Amino acid sequence: MGNMSEVVKKCVNNYQKDPARMLDVIRDVQAELGQVSDAAISEIAGQMNVSSVDVEGVVTFYHFFSKDPVGQYSVYLNNSAVSVMMGCYEIAKAFEKEAGCKFGEVSSDGKIGLHYTADIGMNDQEPAAIINGVIFTSLTADKVKAIVADMKSGKAARDIVKEFGDGKNQSELIKSMVKNNIQKKGAVLFAPFSPGSALNKAVSMTPDEVIEQMKISNLRGRGGAGFPTGMKWDYTRQSPGEKKYIVCNGDEGEPGTFKDRVIFTEIPEMMFEGMAIGGYAIGADEGLLYLRGEYMYLKTYLEDVLSKMRQAGTLGKNAGGKQGFNFDIKIKMGAGAYVCGEESALIESAEGKRGEPRNRPPFPAQRGYMGKPTSVNNVESFCSASRIILEGGEWFAKMGTAQSRGTKLLSVSGDCKKPGIYEIEFGTTIQTLLEECEGRTAKAVQVGGPSGSCVDKTKFGQRICYDDLATGGSIIVIGQDRDILQVVHNFMEFFEEESCGWCTPCRVGNQLLLHKLEKVMHGHGTEADLKDMEQWCVTVKSMSRCGLGQTSPNPIYTTLKNFRGIYEAKIQKGKDFVSEFDMAAAVKDSCAVAGRKPNVEGH
Amino acid sequence: MSDIKFTIDGKECTAKSGQTIVEAAKANGIYIPVLCHFDGLKPAGTCRICTVKTGGRFMAGCTTPVAEGMRIDNMTPEIEDMRKQIIEMLFVEGNHMCPVCEKSGNCELQALAYRYKMMVPRFPFLWPKREVVANAPKLYLDKNRCVQCLRCVREIITTDGKNVFAVKERGGKTTINMDEKLAAGLSDDMAMRAMDICPVGCIIRKEVGYKVPIGQRKFDSKPIGSEIEGR
Repeated sequence: MGNMSEVVKKCVNNYQKDPARMLDVIRDVQAELGQVSDAAISEIAGQMNVSSVDVEGVVTFYHFFSKDPVGQYSVYLNNSAVSVMMGCYEIAKAFEKEAGCKFGEVSSDGKIGLHYTADIGMNDQEPAAIINGVIFTSLTADKVKAIVADMKSGKAARDIVKEFGDGKNQSELIKSMVKNNIQKKGAVLFAPFSPGSALNKAVSMTPDEVIEQMKISNLRGRGGAGFPTGMKWDYTRQSPGEKKYIVCNGDEGEPGTFKDRVIFTEIPEMMFEGMAIGGYAIGADEGLLYLRGEYMYLKTYLEDVLSKMRQAGTLGKNAGGKQGFNFDIKIKMGAGAYVCGEESALIESAEGKRGEPRNRPPFPAQRGYMGKPTSVNNVESFCSASRIILEGGEWFAKMGTAQSRGTKLLSVSGDCKKPGIYEIEFGTTIQTLLEECEGRTAKAVQVGGPSGSCVDKTKFGQRICYDDLATGGSIIVIGQDRDILQVVHNFMEFFEEESCGWCTPCRVGNQLLLHKLEKVMHGHGTEADLKDMEQWCVTVKSMSRCGLGQTSPNPIYTTLKNFRGIYEAKIQKGKDFVSEFDMAAAVKDSCAVAGRKPNVEGH
Repeated sequence: MSDIKFTIDGKECTAKSGQTIVEAAKANGIYIPVLCHFDGLKPAGTCRICTVKTGGRFMAGCTTPVAEGMRIDNMTPEIEDMRKQIIEMLFVEGNHMCPVCEKSGNCELQALAYRYKMMVPRFPFLWPKREVVANAPKLYLDKNRCVQCLRCVREIITTDGKNVFAVKERGGKTTINMDEKLAAGLSDDMAMRAMDICPVGCIIRKEVGYKVPIGQRKFDSKPIGSEIEGR
């Protein structure tokens, strides 16, 4: 106990008892104690002078925080759809065999804890896992055997990594086995970029001129929602207030997305510079990068990039050489919550709270981080902004389609020979993309991740752009042999768990949809169940408070439209009602004990 | 007072700038059902039962400010059925046993179910395992009955600014959580306030049970909403 109290005291003092640093405090306490127990929660609450239920609310909200011991080595194996396609559950068995405990448990000596986790941004190299913050990709049973042996011998997780990925994954501060898999470079993001040049040009213009160029470019937010970046900056600039913030949404959590990972690794200067340009445009002196907990392995490296940018004069006092423009960037870490990709939830989380979206109005442009006007933009949007300033808004607007200008970075994974990153011009068709990534035999493509839509072959001629098939970048190719309902089920389990729990339709509706889907999958469904599902999807989409609930029924909703046949093959035709209750299964155990044969005639 | 003109189901209404749709409707004698909303508290928008449609979009009436020229749909069959679904979802999500609940007759969820003529929910019951907290001296917390309205979270705060109630977990596991030490230190009035503000029978004040007998309670004589519609 004495020890626990001391650890908490140290962690709390490291952050000056600042409630906005609650996530950092909890992360550090867990790293030292292997869990955040009730006793630790009440100690944190006491020392930070807040209510213990507020601390517990935060601990239980984030996936990587735990009240129970997570193990000296905490293995978080991704079990999202593509990882399952690539053999995640075989890998899970290997881990269980070697570690001597099941998933959801910790080995009896407390050494190894096995946990599942949602998408970790490695869909192009699954199955993948995070062990004590270190990424392990393309796992095989043999690799697992070696990893577990190393853990048992007490090697630090970082030292267990034996192979390294390409590009800057090999740099001293990353040293990771993650591969970039850049398959196609385009004119905006992966064209040569000379650090410092974009900000230098921006600060030679007035903030209004910068915003004007952004408006001319017609750049729309690259996270998926597609709100015009220039307008967002303009609103934030117009908002009254001395103090303003520019925030980079580095929480790409949509299953199948990993484009920001590659930006962070290869072109972080371009992104940070875009943030500085945004800061200059809206009148902010502080920027925040909210980095998803899964990308902890990049934090030291990104801190180093920032520090080099300060030395070069791109950040800090008189940033970019502009007298009076003082601008710097801090990194805030997430801790495993999909909903924090929603901008107001991200702000709540950055303030050290549960990542629950806020009601609007007020919009973040009016009252955002710490109550101040804030512009939250996507990682890729900031990179695009740097290029737009260098090449001009008109140059950018020449690419793409009427409603979607420029290029888009896609994260392609699943049943294709060349998974990875593709920078395409907006307007590219699904068919063209399938040919480039060598996924020609696909029977379905999940565009925009689970919250997007699942399209069938007849729609492969459609274009990727906001006016046709919108996407934040996730493209999952689903091959001929896959069971689409299994994929849908995986996505619905994901949403059910990731709902923040705030509003009724999302919190309850997704549970009900998941149950109904299981009923149909188990062969107990009727035509009426399909109609019910359709109606409930509409209710959840219409009545939910934020984008999560408004899109969470899409896996069911879009497959009911585009793949109705697979549902119809599962239901019992011509019947009004089929009982879900299986009498034979229910009495099986008791019959075995009594040595009788079940007599379930008439049930 | 009337600087904004708008309509609800075609009826001309006026409102003060800054009023929410729910407040403005009430001031014009029009009932929009609410459950998480409570006069005087910052709107939370958790239950979504006050959902209305305007400009082709659904929005929560309790958190959306009314605007000039808004044309609001309130009592359309589409919206009313969705509201009924919300009530049904709340019934299947928890474990609501009205006949044995001390709040019966004063319960807003029960009253809404009557108003919407809910016979049996269209959804299957989820039968969650929920905790009952009975070891705090003044309050008794039955999480089976919680509808996650967050009224207690917003209202019951200690004199030094600490939250007595907060939520924990997320998704389907989300539940209300009470700081037992802080709850024990609440004044008698504040403890009573916690029970009164709870729309259901989740927070119960100990030692004063059944003061008003069932049959003489708030919704036993008049249905919910009649105080607004009857004016």
